[in-house]
Amino acid sequence: MNTMRISFLGLVCSVLMVPAAFAGTLDTVKSQGFFNCGVSQGVPGFSNPDADGNWSGIDVDVCRAVSAAIFGDPDKVKYVPLTAKERFTALQAGEIDVLSRNTTWTLSRDAQIGLEFAGVNFYDGQGFMVRKDSGITSAMELDGASVCTNLGTTTELNMADFFRANGMAYEPVVFEKADEVVNAYDEGRCDTYTTDKSGLAAQRTKLADPDAHVVLPETISKEPLGPVVREGDGDWADVVRWSLNAMIEAEEFGLTQSNAQTTCAMTSNPVVARLCGKEGGTGAGLNLGESWSYDIVTKVGNYGDVYEKHVGENTPVGLARAGSPNASYKNGGVLYAPPAR
Amino acid sequence: METDKSKIGSFLFNRSVQGVFYQLITLGLVALGIYYIVTNTARNMLERGLASGFHFLGVESQFDIGMTLIEYSPTSTYFDSFIVGLLNTLLVAGIGILFATIIGFTVGIMRLSSNWLIAKIAEAYVEILRNIPLLLQIFFWYFAVLRALPKPKQSLELYDSFFLNNRGLFIPDTVFGEGSSIIFYLLWLTIIISIGMFIWAKRRQDRTGERFPAFYVSTALILGTFFISLAATGFPVSFEYPELKGFNFKGGVKLIPELVALTFALAMYTASFIAEVVRGGIMAVSKGQTEAAKSVGLKQNLILRLIIIPQALRIIVPPLTNQYLNLTKNSSLAAAIAYPDLVLVFAGTALMQTGQAIEIIGMVMGVYLFLSLFTSLIMNLFNRFMKVDGER
Repeated sequence: MNTMRISFLGLVCSVLMVPAAFAGTLDTVKSQGFFNCGVSQGVPGFSNPDADGNWSGIDVDVCRAVSAAIFGDPDKVKYVPLTAKERFTALQAGEIDVLSRNTTWTLSRDAQIGLEFAGVNFYDGQGFMVRKDSGITSAMELDGASVCTNLGTTTELNMADFFRANGMAYEPVVFEKADEVVNAYDEGRCDTYTTDKSGLAAQRTKLADPDAHVVLPETISKEPLGPVVREGDGDWADVVRWSLNAMIEAEEFGLTQSNAQTTCAMTSNPVVARLCGKEGGTGAGLNLGESWSYDIVTKVGNYGDVYEKHVGENTPVGLARAGSPNASYKNGGVLYAPPAR
Repeated sequence: METDKSKIGSFLFNRSVQGVFYQLITLGLVALGIYYIVTNTARNMLERGLASGFHFLGVESQFDIGMTLIEYSPTSTYFDSFIVGLLNTLLVAGIGILFATIIGFTVGIMRLSSNWLIAKIAEAYVEILRNIPLLLQIFFWYFAVLRALPKPKQSLELYDSFFLNNRGLFIPDTVFGEGSSIIFYLLWLTIIISIGMFIWAKRRQDRTGERFPAFYVSTALILGTFFISLAATGFPVSFEYPELKGFNFKGGVKLIPELVALTFALAMYTASFIAEVVRGGIMAVSKGQTEAAKSVGLKQNLILRLIIIPQALRIIVPPLTNQYLNLTKNSSLAAAIAYPDLVLVFAGTALMQTGQAIEIIGMVMGVYLFLSLFTSLIMNLFNRFMKVDGER
């Protein structure tokens, strides 16, 4: 009878333990001293672990920027590697606080599945990679091809659209994990491998012989990639959005990781002074310290610093920035941040 | 007063009353718990702007699937993609069960062989395959298959009609022309007649002890009628041959390497467990049964067929059901090697595109539950059929 009473007690307690109303994510993060950031399972240049398990890449640097803005320290982040399939559930369930995992901003994701996109940190488009010895030079020659790709991505829909629009047949071969896609393509299961072009450039470095493959010129879709947060917590979304915007604006006004200290000491430009946290009181509005944007620039870098360090021409990924949409709007790109004031 | 009190007391402390009381409370708490979970989930979903309901099933899916047993295109609905995934799961489970049973029974009997080499080979098979995780075996067969096979342009071919390459196995498709329906009617008719003949032969043997070679007669009847009717109607059957066009073969029937690797891995793995079940079942039949059968003069194959197997089957069938259920559920590992089963297509792509995890995972769980219960039902019926008359 005793065990029965105890089990009753347990049941009663579990029913009465209604979770406390949501504390804002920002308050929770501040009090626990870190936050969880969802990243990929390894896309070189975007989010990739090194041999010691340290994560790096432009997606990782968005999380580091958020951490620097909140804590003044870019490393108060716990990284959670996720497959494309798991990522949204992990965010909805509260397992992660920010999803920064080359995720495309689309209407259905924004409106239907409880997500809020906090901006765009890489403008991408879907492309195809083929073997050089196949002699294919255009995506329009892919009629009847077997196409390897990833599960749970916009890629699956785009390729269906592309082949349908051009009246071509194809055989989709869809894997859950990116590494399995690369492996199967390398083994010759498919004629072509399709994903975002940045992803192709990154994954190509994992192939047995990267030089035997070529990315076709066509871009078949728009893929604005950016960080995502849960819907319904505007304060937290603001912190992530403006952490990214600060990186972009810092670059626009010439504030870099290496010159920030000296520039901030002697600047007379009011925009730069605001970014340096000397004027304007922007931190209070975000519930952050006044040095939030200064911390981002000095500890993580501006957008240009981050881009060149992880995916620029001098990296193995080697994506030229000039002439791409990722160039600043002043250089013919579409990278444009609203004013941080 | 005092008697009343003691009456109430004895009522309250009555064991059966207490039992009912506690059960009612438990039931109430469980119901409350479920109510709480459901309303809380609904509220949370609303708060976070998550879509809910089943109307997405009628919306165009806009994605394609690599292998479909029914007509399917990106303009088909999400419900169609559910059916495609379901059929692909049933296909791999069905073929897997068939081969696992054949291999499992063979290996199980081999293990009991008095030939040292045969018994050891069977033992090695069982010990190796059942002790390596299934997912690794699936990867092994998949990449082994891919690596061993040539590219489409260097396909292995047989009589210009069978082609094997790393895109799959291509075989000619049979196309039945006009006037071929009569052949199928005759085929069904002869099958029904054969079943009747088996029943008649069994009854006659029970009554008179005379045996009738029903198996040979029915085989001859079915095949004979089939070929004679084919000839009589002037062979209204043609073949569509696969042809190399561009990247790949077109026409004919195509078996994708994912299907082959998955079926192979599932069948081989499950067969190692079935082999042990079979061995256990046969060994559980007492030796005296064999000796008694020998002493009445039965031949070796008849001893196995009439005495050992019927008794062994009663022991084998219940654990065999477990293995069939395991195989069906394990087929969901298909997602790892891109075989478009229910989990990959519906709980994967469709879930990602709609974001309606609760509805979709609920449907998928329902399907696996139904498949498992259905398999159990069939096997229980078979078990009842196999049991010794008069046994409970």
